[in-house]
Amino acid sequence: MIEPLLRVEGLTKYYGTRLGCADVSFELWPGEVLAIVGESGSGKTTLLNSLSATLEPSSGRTLYRMRDEQWRNIYELSEAERRFLVRTDWGFVHQNPADGLRMNVSAGANVGERLMAVGDRHYGHIRETALDWLGRVEIAADRIDDQPRSFSGGMRQRLQIARNLVTGPRLVFMDEPTGGLDVSVQARLLDLLRGLVGELGLAAIVVTHDLAVARLLSHRMMVMKDGRVIEAGLTDRVLDDPREPYTQLLVSSILQV
Amino acid sequence: MTALPQYNFAYLDEQTKRMIRRAILKAIAIPGYQVPFSSREMPMPYGWGTGGVQVTASIIGPDDVLKVIDQGADDTTNAVSIRAFFAKVAQVQTTTHTAEASIIQTRHRIPEKPLTEGQVLVYQVPIPEPLRFLEPRETETRKMHALEEYGLMHVKLYEDIARHGRIATTYAYPVKVEGRYVMDPSPTPKFDNPKMHMSPALQLFGAGREHRIYAVPPYTEVVSLDFEDHPFEIQHFAEPCALCGATEVYLDEVILDDRGGHMFVCSDTDNCEERRQAGHVGSLGTGREAAE
Repeated sequence: MIEPLLRVEGLTKYYGTRLGCADVSFELWPGEVLAIVGESGSGKTTLLNSLSATLEPSSGRTLYRMRDEQWRNIYELSEAERRFLVRTDWGFVHQNPADGLRMNVSAGANVGERLMAVGDRHYGHIRETALDWLGRVEIAADRIDDQPRSFSGGMRQRLQIARNLVTGPRLVFMDEPTGGLDVSVQARLLDLLRGLVGELGLAAIVVTHDLAVARLLSHRMMVMKDGRVIEAGLTDRVLDDPREPYTQLLVSSILQV
Repeated sequence: MTALPQYNFAYLDEQTKRMIRRAILKAIAIPGYQVPFSSREMPMPYGWGTGGVQVTASIIGPDDVLKVIDQGADDTTNAVSIRAFFAKVAQVQTTTHTAEASIIQTRHRIPEKPLTEGQVLVYQVPIPEPLRFLEPRETETRKMHALEEYGLMHVKLYEDIARHGRIATTYAYPVKVEGRYVMDPSPTPKFDNPKMHMSPALQLFGAGREHRIYAVPPYTEVVSLDFEDHPFEIQHFAEPCALCGATEVYLDEVILDDRGGHMFVCSDTDNCEERRQAGHVGSLGTGREAAE
């Protein structure tokens, strides 16, 4: 029997007296993509940051099934363990690629950094792996020694994805991965992400305000409003047959062209 | 009128010296770890060796013999003035001979003559943090040292190979001390890195502006970082020293005229002089020293 990968129990985050997100519970299964949607200020990013251990929640637990099959509460890991987990078994794709990339080292080194961090000391092997990953995210091999600042927004985002996936993580967090890109580039990126997620059997949690992204990428989705999850279910069900008035409003707000 | 006020022995007051000695002891106890200390204003600008001078001032005693080198030379401005400084404020004997010195303060070089037990080598360090140019946040670099996250150091070496086809870092080449801390050996050429490994002398590093002291105790393992398929290498010179004919030493290029004339000479002036006195003559040497 397959076990879940992540189990979230009653996650609550207060900023002082203001609520970030309240009482969020769910399970995430291997290979599953979960979208968290909602308007600005609804607590999506707070939730994502809490789940990825960037923020410490006020209460609640996030249990993660480590590679050795042990369930661990990620907030109780030592800092060394947490940082190791974050750079090997997890990935984090930021909305702004500059937050997730080293802008002043080459694309190859950006991809290779995680490998070197886990102890790879063979230049030829690191470079070969970097080339392979650049190819998989459709970046030309002759750009391997260029710095990301010479890349377009879409290329930077793809580079960030390669950098995260090179150590074969099992769980990837994405914060508005297509934000700030024009629609044709968005479409290509989504195509690529969908391919990689399927091919590698990644589990992913994607925060987005764009319902189209949720529709294309995710299997399940959660709708947030005022820090609470108001509706959750299979993506197609939620989008085609929304139950909550707010979700109905959200779905009907999509512009049709 | 009573006598004019005097400097305390070796310029610094006794409390300051105690504070610096405590930092030095801690640094020796944790090889390669950067110990913060409360660096003082010295009567010279930052960048001229204020860290090294404070370390020297804290460990020097009336019986010590001091040698100061800058770029390997005993006769450059910085070396001469620091030697004169300690001759004045500590009345210690100074020397240019490596073998005679008990304390050697240096910028850039480790003397060619092997150091012995009981000698102390004091380095003037401008930037003690080897990760600085890769990670600007001090909070983050400290955490990386604490958790032994040194992957980033190899990112720098990777960049070198990707850009130049080999590890092009020639000075301040990062080393790992006793299998634990990654350390910047200050701006010494990587030619000198192997001399730090298992050295019988105590090596102390002082960074005045950055308020850091670190140390390599005698007989400590110092390994230069590298890749399996791009191993660490020191510089090699095609020709021997033009004055003394020495090979296997670090050479400086000296421009002779405006028509492209140049020569390579020993960077360690003391070593070069000793060799010439012993009768070694290079291609441009006169051999006069031996006759004198």
